[in-house]
Amino acid sequence: MADFPAALHYSAEHEWVDDASPATIGVTSVAADALGDVVYLELPEVGATIEAGAVVGEIESTKSVSELYSPVSGTVVEVNQSAVDDPAVVNSDPFGAGWLFKVEVSSRGELMTAEEYAAQAG
Amino acid sequence: MTEDQQDKTTALYDEHVALGASMTGFGGWLMPLRYTSDLAEHRAVRDAAGLFDLSHMGEIHLTGPQAGAALDHALVGRASAIKVGRARYSMICAEDGAVLDDLITYRLGDEHFLVVANAGNAVRVARELVDRAAGFDAVVDDRSETTALAAVQGPRAEEILAGLTAAADVETVRTMRYYASAPATVAGVELLVARTGYTGEDGFELFVDADRAVELWRALLAAGEPLGLVPAGLSARDSLRLEAGMPLYGHELDETTTPFEAGMGRVVKLDKTDDAGAPLPFVGRAALEARAHSEPARVLVGLRGQGRRPARAGYDVVRRGLNGEVGAVVGRVTSGAPSPTLGYPVAMAYVTPEVSAEGTELAVDVRGRAEPFVVVPLPFYRRS
Repeated sequence: MADFPAALHYSAEHEWVDDASPATIGVTSVAADALGDVVYLELPEVGATIEAGAVVGEIESTKSVSELYSPVSGTVVEVNQSAVDDPAVVNSDPFGAGWLFKVEVSSRGELMTAEEYAAQAG
Repeated sequence: MTEDQQDKTTALYDEHVALGASMTGFGGWLMPLRYTSDLAEHRAVRDAAGLFDLSHMGEIHLTGPQAGAALDHALVGRASAIKVGRARYSMICAEDGAVLDDLITYRLGDEHFLVVANAGNAVRVARELVDRAAGFDAVVDDRSETTALAAVQGPRAEEILAGLTAAADVETVRTMRYYASAPATVAGVELLVARTGYTGEDGFELFVDADRAVELWRALLAAGEPLGLVPAGLSARDSLRLEAGMPLYGHELDETTTPFEAGMGRVVKLDKTDDAGAPLPFVGRAALEARAHSEPARVLVGLRGQGRRPARAGYDVVRRGLNGEVGAVVGRVTSGAPSPTLGYPVAMAYVTPEVSAEGTELAVDVRGRAEPFVVVPLPFYRRS
């Protein structure tokens, strides 16, 4: 079973979010592994207002396209431009350098603990 | 990932699981999609070598004094003209000219041919060959279930294979020409070696009894790994064949397509005759003759992406609008991916003839956005 950082919260759509303000959001190792090699990221624009559970972007791998959902509602304050430039980092370090965007959070969606997520995804 | 309970497993299934492969349903078989990374497996084949399990492919043998004549009747090519030890790409069509499958026919002896069919079509091809061989002095024997197929593909394939080949057969392997085959003993296993493949690289396909497949597979991995060989899955196989401009049945070829639209008219031998010079009728001939002399309604082209977003199978090919918006639909993408070797998106698509000229600037409707693509010649990649 994969290791999921205990400090993060997880969505059923395989995104993670931390407790910081603004909150950092990424996809889990489960998503990264299932996608295969990520080759293109479409992230929300800085300043965009997004809603928890809504589609905010796309992740393309060599084989497929997946929608990116936001686990929180709020305003996008930063996107990870180095991941946009070299999306392989999403595969190599999904919980670290492969983060996707940061949000000034107004409310959070239904999220799981690492343990709950592991039970579901593992 | 679809893991259908109905999917068959190959003799190498346990090897794939032990190697940590992600498995996927394909053509009725549970096959390795990738072992580690699509890109790493793709690059290994371009730079060194990859090892593929292709045991899902169908192996149908025809034997007898009229085996060649039966295939001349059943397929669009002229199998009886293939020399012993050589192979040829061909197709099997319906009476209306539709492609039922694309095939490689190996002539193993004067009266012995091996037809290799795609996994998803193998049962139907075998049935058609039985029907079409009726009246000929030939026996059709579908050995798909008892035959395993491993492929070693890449610039180091010859070195890897030769190192495992019995001394008496090494020269045979080393000097084997592209689209040729010969029996050989590899890693102590008697098998059929063919210099064919589906990757755009040099390489070999090894037809082996299913009960010897595991020992062969392990020997190839062990001998190849120091030279950069990795096991490679269907995902890499698909991106490799796409770069090489090779059609995949179900994408570029299907029952709505004739060989001419697919740019494969050369495999149709309308003028084939028997040894006495009399015209040879074959299944689909009348329909294909009519199609050969009319301009097809659509043409298979290569598309090179000018942005970063890949096109995918099923997306519309459109004209570019004046302001970069999605214009009129002029075709449809059959295969598309980011090219790992070339670094830009590549796709194959059927388009109307007036937009099929090299250099034509088109777009692909990528989920509502017009991504710019330009028509380029196939293949996208050719080994140097």
